[in-house]
Amino acid sequence: MLTLEGVDAGYGRVQVLRGLSFAAQAGEVTCVMGRNGAGKTTMLRAIMGQIPLTAGRIALDGQRLDGLPAHRIPRLGIGYVPQGRRLFGPLTVAENLEIGLMTRGHGARTRERVLDLFPRLRERLGQTASTLSGGEQQMLAIGRALCLEPKVMLLDEPTEGLQPSMIALIRDTVRTLRGMGVAVVLVEQRIEAVLELADRVAFVETGQVAETLPAADLTPAAPQFARYVGV
Amino acid sequence: MRMIALHLAVLAVLAALQFVLPAYHHTNAARIMVLATYAIGFNIAFGYSGLLSLGHALFFAGGMYATGLLVDQGGWQPWLALVAGPLAGGALAAAVGLLALRTAGPAFMIVTLMFAQAFHLAILYWGRFTGGDEGFTLSGAARRIGAFDLADPATRYTAAFLLFGAAMLGCLALARSRTGRVLVAVRENEERTRMLGYDTFRAKLFALALSGLISGAAGATYGLMFGYVGGSFASIQYSILPLIWVLLGGAGTVLGPLLGTALMFYLIDWASSVTTASQFVVGAVLILLVLFAPRGLLGLVRDHAMRRLP
Repeated sequence: MLTLEGVDAGYGRVQVLRGLSFAAQAGEVTCVMGRNGAGKTTMLRAIMGQIPLTAGRIALDGQRLDGLPAHRIPRLGIGYVPQGRRLFGPLTVAENLEIGLMTRGHGARTRERVLDLFPRLRERLGQTASTLSGGEQQMLAIGRALCLEPKVMLLDEPTEGLQPSMIALIRDTVRTLRGMGVAVVLVEQRIEAVLELADRVAFVETGQVAETLPAADLTPAAPQFARYVGV
Repeated sequence: MRMIALHLAVLAVLAALQFVLPAYHHTNAARIMVLATYAIGFNIAFGYSGLLSLGHALFFAGGMYATGLLVDQGGWQPWLALVAGPLAGGALAAAVGLLALRTAGPAFMIVTLMFAQAFHLAILYWGRFTGGDEGFTLSGAARRIGAFDLADPATRYTAAFLLFGAAMLGCLALARSRTGRVLVAVRENEERTRMLGYDTFRAKLFALALSGLISGAAGATYGLMFGYVGGSFASIQYSILPLIWVLLGGAGTVLGPLLGTALMFYLIDWASSVTTASQFVVGAVLILLVLFAPRGLLGLVRDHAMRRLP
């Protein structure tokens, strides 16, 4: 479904991704783990066209994504929830969702599905996004990306800084997405979350995927966690 | 619904004022409404879309000169020249935007400022056609649109009111529309908006062109209403003024431009009647504004009393 082959990318003269290859399949959760600076977020930004590739290719269902204008990529069915949520603070919950819905022309049915997934957002539709709690903001960020009805969902540390009840809710959402046949790419640093959610785990080191393993083959004591994540 | 009623009530008050204001304030009110229209144009770029241009005098004066030159030297019918003014403002803004929107932040401010300065210098350089720094006046015939004579105070007030009303209701419709929400999204976080599938360059270009069109309409109307087209309207002062009006009234609010323009107009009027250091008074007010109401007066109202004020 989503494939990256031999991708080189970075920021100006600083090369971060060095021949990175990666794949995500429909109906699977692929967790991406690695130390700070390994290239996890840069990989997601490269998929979204936010940074140009200097080599390699990225494709979704065989269609090349690299080289497309960045705004075209979400329209092809890739949702992205970056670190830090980045909502449109002065707009209401309803308006934030509407902006997501307008892109691909999805209407009431998609909106209802998102609100069924996050009933708390339904209670806050008229509230401005900046006044929501951290967990509610994360729900809205994910809900807004879901309005695109994505085939692939990229989540960059979605549970960072959230209280336990919210973390559980976000994890339930990831499972629901998998059940809907979405390919989920989850950047996550918590081992217990990875083992609970992932179908496969890709370990990133110095801009490359060093190893990809089925999550079922990993235990909390697996040496890969110490080697690639440092825990 | 309450918000629409509030804006219609403001228009009703403005419509009624012309029957009660003394002559001096009657003329001032007409002038304020046209300048507030210019501020509404500026606000669409700055307040709603986050584009801080320092070259809006180009669009205001562009509309004014297009209309003035066409009617004065081109022999065009005033109504036709009045249509050409906004189009000139919009076209200039689109042309500037195609280049300037490839930059952001301070670079955008400088590029827009340079375009406006170039236009100002062009007016001075080709003084044979433009009247240079002194500008030129428009004859009585040039200010007559059909049976309506813009030299007549009542007609002038009505023209200013119609222009302002159209701009204000248009801005209200934009603020409540999907397009308006996308512009706010671009202002808040352009990269995130792009990641939701929006061509943010096109959105900003639309905002700037619309802003230029409204600014051009204000300039064209101002020229015909007061019978004068001058180089000073293209100077940097006329790029800074709408910024001050909008900051004072409240950026990103529909009524803020009117409030800011009216308050600043009368503040300068009052300060210059009591002291020769009127600019000092204006400066002090602006410092107080930045300290105590950085989002402008209506921004303050929105934060504390009317959260849904558009």
